Amino acid sequence: MIHVENLSKTFFVPHKVKALDNVSVHINAGEVVVVIGPSGSGKSTFLRCLNQLEVANSGKILIDGIDLMHPKTNINKMRAEVGMVFQSFNLFPHKTVLENITLAQLTVRKRTKTDAHDKAMRLLEKVGITDKAKVYPDQLSGGQQQRVAIARALAMDPKIMLFDEPTSALDPEMIGEVLDVMKTLAREGMTMVVVTHEMGFAREVADRVIFMDQGAILETGTPEHFFTNPENERTKLFLSQIL
Amino acid sequence: MTIPGNPIKKSTYFLSVALFFIMLIGIIGGIYFATLQIDYVWRWYRVPQYFVFQDKMEVKSEIQGEVSSIRASGEKTFITIKDSNQETTYSVTDGTLLVDEGNMVYPGDTLAFQKKWKAGILMQGLWLTLEVSFIAIIFGIVIGLFAGLARISSNPALKWSAITYIELIRGSPLLVQIFIWYFVLGTLINTILAKYGMWQVPPLWFGVASLAMFTGAYVAEIVRAGIQSIHRGQSEASRSLGMTYVQSMIHVILPQAFRRIIPPLAGQFISMIKDSSLLGIIAIRELSKATREVVTTSLQPFELWFVCAILYLVLTFSFSMFLQYIERRTLSQ
Repeated sequence: MIHVENLSKTFFVPHKVKALDNVSVHINAGEVVVVIGPSGSGKSTFLRCLNQLEVANSGKILIDGIDLMHPKTNINKMRAEVGMVFQSFNLFPHKTVLENITLAQLTVRKRTKTDAHDKAMRLLEKVGITDKAKVYPDQLSGGQQQRVAIARALAMDPKIMLFDEPTSALDPEMIGEVLDVMKTLAREGMTMVVVTHEMGFAREVADRVIFMDQGAILETGTPEHFFTNPENERTKLFLSQIL
Repeated sequence: MTIPGNPIKKSTYFLSVALFFIMLIGIIGGIYFATLQIDYVWRWYRVPQYFVFQDKMEVKSEIQGEVSSIRASGEKTFITIKDSNQETTYSVTDGTLLVDEGNMVYPGDTLAFQKKWKAGILMQGLWLTLEVSFIAIIFGIVIGLFAGLARISSNPALKWSAITYIELIRGSPLLVQIFIWYFVLGTLINTILAKYGMWQVPPLWFGVASLAMFTGAYVAEIVRAGIQSIHRGQSEASRSLGMTYVQSMIHVILPQAFRRIIPPLAGQFISMIKDSSLLGIIAIRELSKATREVVTTSLQPFELWFVCAILYLVLTFSFSMFLQYIERRTLSQ
């Protein structure tokens, strides 16, 4: 499903940093991959490369066999297949919850108003906030906003969902409701790449855990392997600090 | 807004209000007193005629004949003149008749004076200022929107053109730009058109063009700042859903930026309404030029320049009220 080969990216601002250093990964359809690592380790950059919000300097990304970094690839078409959920939700504040979910359906998928509306209502039911369809995002709690953001991404019927620290900006009591939605998605067989600090989620849902530091993948394995006997010294140190 | 924790005493408050009015009356009284020292005679009653005046129009006969009947019906009076083979009727509204039934009239004779209300020179000037400003604002918005978008584009042709345009316009005085539009571009265009025997572009167009281009450069910077003030996450979120750059701009970025740029835009347009007073120098009779002309005929400069200033104030104030209304409406959705 996702095939990443020797991906490298260097930031020059504010100073020269190797954000990604020869990253290679293969992710199968239906797999849930959790990426962990200290801040500045390049895990967000890696995730953002997967839908080209960040463009790598070199390497290859294939999604369903299509080369994302080939200049002839229609990147808008590809992005519609790859949903993304952000740390800061990024809902459109001038649109209602319903409009947030229907906007891209109407403009990108060219669905009819009725179809888009029905789809939006079904998704709101799925994330458990049907009663808030007509309100504006600033009237919702953080957890509700993030669930709307997930519904917005799902409305495009993506093949892959990317989560960029989806619970980091939430109050502790709201983390659960968002994780529950993500767990449901995982059980339904969605291909997911999740950058998170929620080790409980990683242990429970992940098929595979990737540990990154300084732009490189240092260790990869099943959750049991990670949380019982990690091999890499850096991984051990990181896990001992956060667990 | 008052500084918190620094409440003003009630007595101090009223004293300050009184002081304000004393100052105001003092300044007005001082000016008035000074004008008396130079024997200036205030004639405010002369001002209204430059807004509207009653024109006396002559109603003239076109044929020779006898006035056969004069009928009054309401405000109108009908005078019928009959010669050997035809009859012509003239209608006079609210006028004074100079003929009676049975009189003989000849072509060119005045039958009656008719009063008609006409817009005075100041009213015409005010209207022209309004018209010029309105057109320049519309074009200024369009030019500014595109220049602002080009300014943040990654395409160097677009970006550099926008930067050149903005810097050229903002770096030179409007007066000079008006001269360039009228005396350089205007001469070029009209001479070439004349060479091919074509229609001539009136000065008003060059005046409007100079104002629109001038405002456009400032609007471009306001638009750029407005767009850049929208959090990057907004465009990332819309693009991650597969929307194109244009779709993301139209549906997500610009509607949000629009709300933020209304206040600086209002300031820009208000200063443009005032700047339109410079167009008088290329023979466009807007409000200031009209006032100048009235001053030379009426010899009442003091009254007229105050009136002129107040008319601009009325224009700018109502415009800013209008934009405040729009702003409130977009904020409350």
